[in-house]
Amino acid sequence: MNHRPITEDDLHAYVDHTLEPERRTEVATYLDEHPDVARRVGAFADQRELLRAALAPIADEPLPPELNLSRIIEQRARRPSLLRWAIAAMLFLSIGGIGGWTMRGALQTSPEGLVALAQEATASYNVYAPDHVRPVEVRASDSAELVQWVSDRLHRPVKVPDLAASGYRLMGGRLVATQHGPAAMFMYDDDHGSRLVVLTRPMASFDQNAPMTPQSQGDVGGFAWADDGVGYSLVGRAAPDSLKPIANEVRKQARSI
Amino acid sequence: MKDMLLQVEPLIPALRRYARALVRNRAAADDLVQDCLERAVSRWQQRSDGSVRAWLFAILHNLAVDQFRKLASRGRHVTIDETSEGHFGEAASQEHRLMYQDVLNKLAKLPEEQRSVLLLVAVEDLSYADAAKVLGVPVGTVMSRLSRARERLQQEVEGVTEAPGNVVPLRSVK
Repeated sequence: MNHRPITEDDLHAYVDHTLEPERRTEVATYLDEHPDVARRVGAFADQRELLRAALAPIADEPLPPELNLSRIIEQRARRPSLLRWAIAAMLFLSIGGIGGWTMRGALQTSPEGLVALAQEATASYNVYAPDHVRPVEVRASDSAELVQWVSDRLHRPVKVPDLAASGYRLMGGRLVATQHGPAAMFMYDDDHGSRLVVLTRPMASFDQNAPMTPQSQGDVGGFAWADDGVGYSLVGRAAPDSLKPIANEVRKQARSI
Repeated sequence: MKDMLLQVEPLIPALRRYARALVRNRAAADDLVQDCLERAVSRWQQRSDGSVRAWLFAILHNLAVDQFRKLASRGRHVTIDETSEGHFGEAASQEHRLMYQDVLNKLAKLPEEQRSVLLLVAVEDLSYADAAKVLGVPVGTVMSRLSRARERLQQEVEGVTEAPGNVVPLRSVK
């Protein structure tokens, strides 16, 4: 006999009907020869059937209205999108005449949504990244304290992205002030003196959910996006091509909070 | 969005079943599924390739685990539905209902991580690889948890509740 030995994993796969037919036959033969193991496997199979039968009726129940997917999609579409706000603002400007002219200044000086977020991240980068004395207020060695602090101030759990796999080491972070309230700033560097800033804060009314978009000001640039009311912006001086995968990584980690 | 409707809608009954089996309260479970669907709608464009089914179960599972944590930290429990109120449909005989009730009660005694593996694999038919994705653990961990879940449930069924000395583990446990 030159069969591969039967493993415990094979037995479970046998119970779950996921074995290739050939292997299934081998396991069946083994079970014929080993009644004690067969008894155990049989008990697992009974268990599986019993659980499936006990839970099956739940999947047959009619769906309640709040689980109507078409309605959920519709409700989401009805929420004002950035585009609609932009159209509304343009109409307002063109109709409003002098009033609109006055508003123009207001709109220009205080951008909203992702644009504002990216500007805040860039401003933080410009101020803190070149700082050789105290670029961060709480160092990476005290990251638990940092997390506690910014989570308290942002009223939500904030996780510090781990960018070690991308070659960036956490230096630490601080709370920064923005037009839209406190934001958490985390700073990273690689071994070549290149620094990155990740800024996150709850979004005001604009861009509660927004796909990742490139943002740049001067030679500092990066990406901004928002998930479930929380905005993120990653900026640095590196090429956008090299920042994009890092931004994706930050987004992936943030979603697993 | 049409594409999403076609792919997600048929999976809602299974999502409900998983949520209900985990939290054992109809209203709380449906709230979780609703949350899950809202997230799925808002993140549809950003999902990575691979099984939509695994992606949805992962969202739902994470929401459920978050809720367990919050409830645990507040020291509160979601009340468990009285499942005798006709949950098992007209078709099931009285005897079957009792058996079903009994196995669900026993399942509820398993630690959360064992329960979720068993439900995902044995009831929801997720592959071991997809279950690993949903739970965010390696496939090897899925296998060892599945093994422990089945052994443990079997002990409950056989009424061997408190006899750790008699139980010889059949595989090394991580």
